[in-house]
Amino acid sequence: MLESKAILDWNTISAKRNSTPISYKELNASIRTSIKNNQRRIKLMEVLGQRFIGAGLECTEKDPIEIEINGIPGNDLGIFMDGPTITVKGNAEDQVGNTMNNGTIIIEGDCRDVAGLSMRGGKIFVEGNGGYRIGIHMKEYQSQIPILVLGGAGKEFFGEYMAGGILLALGLKFKNSHVVNLERAVSPNLGSGIHGGKIYIRGDVPDSYLGVGAMKTRFSEEDIKILLPIISEFSKNFKIDEDFILEKAFTKITPGSHRPFAGYYTAKPI
Amino acid sequence: MREVIAMAVESNIRHNIPPKFFVQFNRERCILCKRCTINCSYGALSFNGERIIADNYQCVMCLRCALMCPQAAIKIEVNSFQYAPHYNYDDRIRRIIYEQSGSGGVLLASSGCDLPYHHIFDDLLIDACQVTNPSIDPLREPIETRVFVGQKLPQLTPEMDSRDVTLEMEFPPNLEIQEPLIVGHMSIGSISYNACLSIYKAAQEIGTLAGSGEGGLHKDFYKYKNYIIGEIASGRFGVDMKYIKGVAAIEIKIGQGAKPGHGGHLPGEKVTKMISETRMIPQGSDALSPYPHHDIYSIEDLAQLIGALKETTEYQVPVGVKIAAVHNVAPIASGIVRAGADFITIDGFRGGTGAAPRIVRDHVGIPIEVAITAVDQRLREEQIRQNVTIFAGGSIRYSADLIKIIALGADAAEVCTPVLIAMGCTVCQSCHRGLCAWGIATQRADLVQRLDVNLASKRIMNLFKSWNEELREILGAMGIDSVESLRGNKDRLRYVGANPKIAEVLGVKHAGE
Repeated sequence: MLESKAILDWNTISAKRNSTPISYKELNASIRTSIKNNQRRIKLMEVLGQRFIGAGLECTEKDPIEIEINGIPGNDLGIFMDGPTITVKGNAEDQVGNTMNNGTIIIEGDCRDVAGLSMRGGKIFVEGNGGYRIGIHMKEYQSQIPILVLGGAGKEFFGEYMAGGILLALGLKFKNSHVVNLERAVSPNLGSGIHGGKIYIRGDVPDSYLGVGAMKTRFSEEDIKILLPIISEFSKNFKIDEDFILEKAFTKITPGSHRPFAGYYTAKPI
Repeated sequence: MREVIAMAVESNIRHNIPPKFFVQFNRERCILCKRCTINCSYGALSFNGERIIADNYQCVMCLRCALMCPQAAIKIEVNSFQYAPHYNYDDRIRRIIYEQSGSGGVLLASSGCDLPYHHIFDDLLIDACQVTNPSIDPLREPIETRVFVGQKLPQLTPEMDSRDVTLEMEFPPNLEIQEPLIVGHMSIGSISYNACLSIYKAAQEIGTLAGSGEGGLHKDFYKYKNYIIGEIASGRFGVDMKYIKGVAAIEIKIGQGAKPGHGGHLPGEKVTKMISETRMIPQGSDALSPYPHHDIYSIEDLAQLIGALKETTEYQVPVGVKIAAVHNVAPIASGIVRAGADFITIDGFRGGTGAAPRIVRDHVGIPIEVAITAVDQRLREEQIRQNVTIFAGGSIRYSADLIKIIALGADAAEVCTPVLIAMGCTVCQSCHRGLCAWGIATQRADLVQRLDVNLASKRIMNLFKSWNEELREILGAMGIDSVESLRGNKDRLRYVGANPKIAEVLGVKHAGE
């Protein structure tokens, strides 16, 4: 049903007026107005910390919404989002893709703490590093398997409380337009409290880095099948040589048990 | 080897602790119909070919067998067995020590705190009119019990010209409830499908709200969505756009009176197909709710989630926050108002639960009476009281508690346990076992179908009606024609207890003053 040219053209919205950033309320209202006017490709310019961009936006694959963000979006980018694609030409702040249901977020830079909190579906690709507690309490349901890929390194509690989905940390670093390997892609307390899902770390993970309930598992053919399309999509997004990524071995982390706290409680009447 | 030790410990427990309850049969009356054995979901009763026998260790005193017995031939007694008397190490303490030294586990409990802490409610008396001001006849004169949930504007600014008065203001979203009483949050998972359905049906009929609990909303219940407050807890279970945009109001659950500062843990065996669909998690997997929300470490962060929810719902839906009554509840509540919440729910330490560590349930938090007083007082001092509706929960047992908590400063109360009791719960405090013989706190299909939805919802409606009538009776006697005029009206309460400090904290005069 793509009938008019207007739909395909980018609608440019500036997040600044008279050299002052506009409020998130106003910015989100103009995004919603644009979508109502059937202009579903939106380019945001001069974004400076406005929160909740794309909050709760819904779309289907047939009728997509695309948002390109120039500047630095604020916390809760794409919170509750269900379908759209957001590309950030820069860094992002905390809680990218909070409780997201579906859609794609591509960050051409770093993200901060708690990215992918409780996300149930969709994909988040981060070119650079992440903060603490990345992918915390990610979960999966039926065909919805969330994927979060961190190009660089994540800080402590990577994949904490994880209940489902796929988390990937690649440990790459850009240096003079070359990609080099970081010493470690993760920090201690990795997957603390994990009871579902899979964490893949490119490179070694010292045993002392494993959090409560996390376990190293043998990397198998099955895992390669899972990883290849994800890595290929990552490489395409950020134009990084796929072969370079695949040169290094991956460590797979899974839950030691799906019932980590069974037996912790006593239910007898007193 | 480890298993052998475990078994030894297990049998050791059995020998150390006498059964808590005894099932007594009147053998002359028993006709061996075996209805009791079918009804017992805890495996306490069986038929040995000759007569009904009881495994007293399994009995939880839910009374299903006794009340279903056509011959009234069963009686459950609290075991009169006593350890040698000792006031300090009483039976309860000794049982706890025996149990813990056997299992090494954290004791789990459900329902609300069962320890005999003194109820402040019971030390408060209500005023009435005599001679100097007339009382109102609630049966023949109007007394308003409606409450509007949400932020109120501090003042109206009408525009007047010579002929017309126009009011062009943006009003914050408000919800109307027909009486100052709502049903609290009980998730599908903690209670059954039929129990949820009964509650939502009743809420619709009464014209009040009911909480969804943190487990999302089952697809069948969306037809009651205008009467449902959707809860968003740290696990974010079942939270998607349909849910956020569907429900009448949204409540961010920070804490629960029964387990302040504690997360949630729905064990995998309770995550049935239906629960899995509602919570949107795989069948059979544990549903863990983290202790804090990991995007909320401060009031500023809370403001952020409130902001996100308001942005997502385009400012059409009231967003509230539920906290447990803890020591510093007043400044926390003040922060919550400043974070932009439209309503606050304060849950006192006696509040119920489907499962919580006994240590937390029985010993953490403060009573709702003082918590509400502190919050109301603080918000009034800061002149932000009109910005929120305050719900009070945590053992509002009957209409007297409802009236007193409103007089202490709440806008409305929320109830759970009384609603469960109305549906047939006998408060045996075994919800965490998931075997509720009354079909309320269970997911087992054969047990769930025991709860007659139409009957249960009718009983909830009756309960709400009678509380509201009793509220109107008291309002009439006090000469107050609207429940809003009772809110925070502490001059109409007097304290008759033994501790004047409590009266001082409550800002209530002693009787005779």
